[in-house]
Amino acid sequence: MIFDFAICAHVQSAPSATQDVAMSVEARERRQPWVLLAPALGAVTLLLLVPLLFIVVYSFWLRSAVGPDTAGFHLDNWQRALTDPFYRYILLNTLKIAAITTFFCALLGYPAAYFITRSSGNKLILLLLLMLPFWISYIIRTMSWINILGSSGALNTALMSMGVISSPIQMLYNEATVILGLVHFLLPFMVLNIYVSLDGIDTNLEDAATSLGATRWQAFTQVTLPLSLPGLAAGGLLCFVLGAGTYITPLILGGPRDAMFANLVFEAIITQLNWPMGSALSLLLLIVLGALVALYNRYLGMSQLTKGLG
Amino acid sequence: MGAVTLNNIVKRFGTFTAVEQTSMQIPEGSFTTLLGPSGCGKTTTLRMIAGLLDPSEGEIIINGKRVNDVPIHKRNLGLVFQNYALFPHKTVADNVGFGLRYRNVPRADIARRVQDALELVQLPQVANRYPKALSGGQQQRIALARAIVIEPDVLLLDEPLSALDANLREDMRVELKNIQSRIGVTTVFVTHDQSEALAMSDQIVVMSDGKVEQVGAPEEVYNTPASEFVARFLGASNILGGRCLSRGPDGAVLEVPVFGKVIVPSAKAPHLAGEGAAKLVIRAEKLLLRDAPPESGAFSAPATVETVDYQGQSVRYFVRAGDTQLQAINMIDERPFAVGAQVHLTLRPQDCAALPG
Ligand SMILES: Nc1ncnc2c1ncn2[C@@H]1O[C@H](COP(=O)(O)OP(=O)(O)OP(=O)(O)O)[C@@H](O)[C@H]1O
Ligand SMILES: [Mg+2]
Repeated sequence: MIFDFAICAHVQSAPSATQDVAMSVEARERRQPWVLLAPALGAVTLLLLVPLLFIVVYSFWLRSAVGPDTAGFHLDNWQRALTDPFYRYILLNTLKIAAITTFFCALLGYPAAYFITRSSGNKLILLLLLMLPFWISYIIRTMSWINILGSSGALNTALMSMGVISSPIQMLYNEATVILGLVHFLLPFMVLNIYVSLDGIDTNLEDAATSLGATRWQAFTQVTLPLSLPGLAAGGLLCFVLGAGTYITPLILGGPRDAMFANLVFEAIITQLNWPMGSALSLLLLIVLGALVALYNRYLGMSQLTKGLG
Repeated sequence: MGAVTLNNIVKRFGTFTAVEQTSMQIPEGSFTTLLGPSGCGKTTTLRMIAGLLDPSEGEIIINGKRVNDVPIHKRNLGLVFQNYALFPHKTVADNVGFGLRYRNVPRADIARRVQDALELVQLPQVANRYPKALSGGQQQRIALARAIVIEPDVLLLDEPLSALDANLREDMRVELKNIQSRIGVTTVFVTHDQSEALAMSDQIVVMSDGKVEQVGAPEEVYNTPASEFVARFLGASNILGGRCLSRGPDGAVLEVPVFGKVIVPSAKAPHLAGEGAAKLVIRAEKLLLRDAPPESGAFSAPATVETVDYQGQSVRYFVRAGDTQLQAINMIDERPFAVGAQVHLTLRPQDCAALPG
């Protein structure tokens, strides 16, 4: 505002011959960022906001047994989504699975990130190796567990040929394999985020701590760990949100009782063709996860997250 | 309080030798400076004394005890880094008190000793602030307070002043020296700034390319350099290559360009064995420009002024005598010589030093 005012004042005092030029340069400069942003904004509006709006509207419609859905403002779907004990159970179970997954990602990811940070020279190769799985489709990566854990998979075959077991053990299609698949999928996100924050910590800090009498471990817990918490939190948030929103992993690696919330949405829309209910359910998940992101943003700030992604 | 001895220390990184066969004695309570150009191995040497790097060969002795196998957290050393390395998530008081927590000091004593240390560095009022709320100079003082509050046997400082701006650097250097002499802690100070080294040290260790070039008091290193490297690294020098004709009890007779025969007093030629190739070192500020040839007792040569670099109270001249260009830094009262002026270079015998060629 102040800047605008200064420009205006300047323009008014300028001779009228240059006035037009000054105005148009100023106007062009002000327009430029919007011109550049327009395609992206257009795409976001068209592909994200408009469909989202449709979903919001849909969630208040009613499905009728025959014929088209009933348009209007009905709270029935929302009431059911919020009160049905089955939905609530699945929602809590989804959050639980996401939380356990996040915990294991942190447990496995931290040492890996620490190792990459402190390794001399070949950091880039290690980071590249970390990104390598992204070049393979997530679905194929998930399915690969069937070849490893399935009844004629690598593990069972190996155990049987060693004589440890006589018939294959049922290892697949339970909550543990869902978590395994999710950890497999999400670990790189965690490692990357922790790496970014560890890499920003001056190694002299740990040296200073040990010179003052702390052991290596004490120096780590007193200095490095607290300073890397923002990265751990950012990685945790990403893993949790992505984990809680997944439907492919439980579909491929879970049993019938391991459905996650996104599977409910899938079920409602694709199987039951109940678009209004599916809309309400997907919005509910969006709200829960959105609230979590908002909480994170309130206490830790979004900038850490973009650091980890960039 | 401890003396430090390095015996034939070698440090290799892969095939690269960063420090070669280095030995030195750092007397108890002394302020010893490791001085040398960038990359000569000063930090590597300091980090080996600290225990942050293991020497590839040789032994490190602190307080008469071999410490090669003593881990850093048991060596009781104070370490100050160029970038301060304060813990950003801890307050100043927690930073300074950090080392005391690992020394079984009662809580009440910690607070008192932290406050004493903060008073020693003249920052008693910042205890509850975080490091990023302090200026660079203040952060440096806190880093110093954190290192000395644990009463270390040896204080190790790696270019602690180089991140400060010029004025502050000079103030801090006086203050650092004061604090050091007040508590009397053995101090090893790393710098590549010769004026810092000359101003602060009891003993200077000049290093180049991983080797020790000379060890001595500041005057000794400055006035009687042991090698051409030392002569060139400390201050501005002219080095004339020539021959030593004879070496007797009253001095060495050198034959050099520009001045012809020059007699260097024995004390100024300690490293010169006898006849053979030799070099004459003339400090730029000892080479005087005069209108007239001097009376007896000084060496003299005619020369022409080529460049005049006026700096207020002093002038830096480049003069030419025959094929040789020489540098002279003279104090002046009035006007400097003009470019092209014919002058007489004047040099007192006690102001030159001789090196083997
Ligand atoms: N970890 C390391 N791996 C390989 N080479 C190293 C390592 N640390 C130091 N060096 C090399 O050893 C040499 C000496 O390094 P050092 O840091 O001791 O120099 P320095 O005298 O402190 O220089 P500066 O004044 O620039 O700090 C340099 O050539 C440096 O590249
Ligand atoms: Mg260094």
